[in-house]
Amino acid sequence: MEKNKNVTEEIIELKDVNKFTRRSFIKLTGGGILLYLTIGNLPLYSQDERRIQHEMPTDFNAYLKIGTDGRVTCYTGKIEMGQGVITSLAQMLADEIDVALENVDMVMGDTDLCPWDMGTFGSMSTHVFGAELRKAGAKARRTLLEIGAEYLKVPEENLEINNGVIFNSKNKNVKVSYAELAKENKIDRETKSETSIKIPSEFNTINRNFKRRDAFEKVTGKAKYSADIQLPDMLYAKILRPPAHNVKLLEVDTSEAQNVDGVQIIKESDIIAVLHKYPDVAESALSKIKTKYDNPEIKLDDKNIFEHLLNVAPEGKVVANDGDIKTGEQNSKFIFDETYYNDYVAHSPMEPHTAVASVENDKVTVWASTQTPFRAKDEVANALDFKPENVRIITPFVGGGFGGKSRNLQVVEAARLSKICGKPVQVAWTRKEEFFYDSFRPAAIVKIRSGISDAGKINLWDYNVYYAGERGSKQFYNIPNHQTVVYSSNLTGVAGTHPFATGPWRAPGANTNTFARESQIDNMAAKAGIDPLEFRLQNLSDNKMIRVLNTAADAFGWKTHNTGSGKGYGLSCAIEVGTYVASMAEVDVDKLTGKVKVNRIVCVQDMGLVINPEGATMQIEGGITMGLGYALSEGLHFKGEEVLDLNYDTYNIPRFSWLPEIKTIILDNKDSEPLGGGEPAIVNIGALIANAIYNAMGIRMFILPMTPERIKEAAKKE
Amino acid sequence: MKKRITFNLNGKPVAIDAEGERKLIWVLRVDFGLTGTKYGCGESFCGACTVIVNGYAERSCQLNIQNVQDKDVITIEGLLNGDKLHPLQKAFMDNDALQCGYCTPGMILNAFSFLNKHPDPSIQEIKTGMENNLCRCGAHKRIIEAVQSASKEMKGVH
Repeated sequence: MEKNKNVTEEIIELKDVNKFTRRSFIKLTGGGILLYLTIGNLPLYSQDERRIQHEMPTDFNAYLKIGTDGRVTCYTGKIEMGQGVITSLAQMLADEIDVALENVDMVMGDTDLCPWDMGTFGSMSTHVFGAELRKAGAKARRTLLEIGAEYLKVPEENLEINNGVIFNSKNKNVKVSYAELAKENKIDRETKSETSIKIPSEFNTINRNFKRRDAFEKVTGKAKYSADIQLPDMLYAKILRPPAHNVKLLEVDTSEAQNVDGVQIIKESDIIAVLHKYPDVAESALSKIKTKYDNPEIKLDDKNIFEHLLNVAPEGKVVANDGDIKTGEQNSKFIFDETYYNDYVAHSPMEPHTAVASVENDKVTVWASTQTPFRAKDEVANALDFKPENVRIITPFVGGGFGGKSRNLQVVEAARLSKICGKPVQVAWTRKEEFFYDSFRPAAIVKIRSGISDAGKINLWDYNVYYAGERGSKQFYNIPNHQTVVYSSNLTGVAGTHPFATGPWRAPGANTNTFARESQIDNMAAKAGIDPLEFRLQNLSDNKMIRVLNTAADAFGWKTHNTGSGKGYGLSCAIEVGTYVASMAEVDVDKLTGKVKVNRIVCVQDMGLVINPEGATMQIEGGITMGLGYALSEGLHFKGEEVLDLNYDTYNIPRFSWLPEIKTIILDNKDSEPLGGGEPAIVNIGALIANAIYNAMGIRMFILPMTPERIKEAAKKE
Repeated sequence: MKKRITFNLNGKPVAIDAEGERKLIWVLRVDFGLTGTKYGCGESFCGACTVIVNGYAERSCQLNIQNVQDKDVITIEGLLNGDKLHPLQKAFMDNDALQCGYCTPGMILNAFSFLNKHPDPSIQEIKTGMENNLCRCGAHKRIIEAVQSASKEMKGVH
């Protein structure tokens, strides 16, 4: 044991993005054994160019603490927003460090306690971070074994560990628990020995079903979300919002609002807010503010947006190609030139963006519903001109994110208002604000020119995607001549592109790209007169994809069906975050009303090692159910820069009556690394339903969502 | 004008001096600190703010506080009986019938009210009964399963 050497000294020697101070960390974590984990080279998995330019940190991303009670606490910058990592990450750690799952605690998204993390998105938590956490857990176990060997004076090779107890395999009475080692309060070091993670036959908690660890709090109302943080003297702020984006406030009269008892009004050049100890009183006082805005000419709306987007499209970037497009054309008997579209789609988490900020002197603490607590920290530090080390972001439970809680406007608003008024301030957006300030999934266009031989062999694939981004754009069929060109991989778009903010939405890019690709494949199969499953199998050589498709076909009972009966069968397949996913659906389409009823969906995934099969199944079911929205009803209405859908009366998200019979199958692939789980299932839904509608009606839908009006319109054109 | 409003909240008599038009959701959350009742849309479209008034589900974002005078109001916090979970709460846990959990209190209380009227519901009846409570994570399948399994457990007894 190296006495008097504190592990936190080693922490601050590392490249310190976080500007951790030894004092604050020790104070906050108390005694016990502290192990820092060097989780290096986390790849950057995002299409956001700004993020790609951002250099990835190579320092540690997690700490482990072994408490004097033997409990293992993992401190990570990841957050829990429903995807279940509070359970699955703990399972991975419990297994590798050899304690029971109930003895692992997760401290998540607290920027003072947890090391820097880029954010929670892109199905990365299990796939990338989890894999590294396992290595770190294995290393921690080995370190504990070394400390135990010294304590027990038994050679390491004679020791075993079971559920947090290190014992001599030759004499089980010679033992010491992690708790006892922690009570010695010797905190230091990291093993220099080689360590390896467990193999499937050694798993105790990995690849097993455990119930959600946050369920008790969530079913009893005890779970705290940001809006549930109530501080003494806290004021609720309601902020004046314009009727449309980019309009100018010409006149404002707050006198009547000022008369409301107990109200405080803050008027800055760029923010006007009404604060009160009751949110409802603040809201009603806000409605008493009289305003006049300028009236800019309306140029864009949800009808002409695609034309505009094509006009302002930047140059394309070839992200994949092989063979020669000309040769592909020459070798094709039938050429297909098609364009696919999708509308803007809202994230619409049930919890609107919320933050509670408390500024005290030159320090601020903010409780925030965010997927990016560390980005929020930087933003608050900038906005308040505070030192970053004086800004603490705490992330309580997040009520859904789906990519929409990566921007932190409300966090900065709460922090600024708290600084101005000197009291804690809660900013909880209304549903209207949530829609208005959403960073929508971008409207997008995909143009495909493809060709097949007489025998149905795909010889040409010229794929051009505008605004959706690169993810999911690369085709995986056996096509000799192909190219994929991405026009604007920046989901936020440069100025003048979109009328409001846009950004990543659950499986960014992949929903649009899968809709276009799998619709086009289906289109070609129909022309070739080949069953769409058979057509895909003929043009595939990737055995993993063939396996998921065949498994889905068996489970679904796939058969060739003539088109036009009103009942339709469709399929779609994709590779997303390494996961292979094949889906099949049966729908009924009412020709008169254009209404689609999805009867059943089968989804098969090969997602590598599954940490919690039940948890993964929930993500698949969730992806399927949520996906029905962007497929059938979710498309934002807007006029100029005014968002017209501001609540669920006009913006329709999936409901109970929509729910099809869902069957999920996860293929056993324990020897592979864990792959993405939160996103793959959703990407198929657009094409899946479109292809089933085609089979039902003989009508191909080229735009999402496929609303009854659009289906009727398409039927008329036939 | 403020007036004194008295009602039973989770089994206990309470009184509050408030403007009668204040919405119940804010009185529950701010005055009584019962934050299990969630704000979701503010216009009764989503059901996150659902509470039980005299046995049946009401949207607390639309309910004036004066309208609960002398009535029994139950929030998600009131469903727990000491340490004992209500069968619906237990069924939601056992079926993993939640993800982000934000709609969960409203879902459970709407199901509570629904089972009051339909003690032995079919899947189709559950779908209809839960139709106007929104969930964005897509936990619908498991919520239906949870409501059905709770109904079997409760056998019409709340």
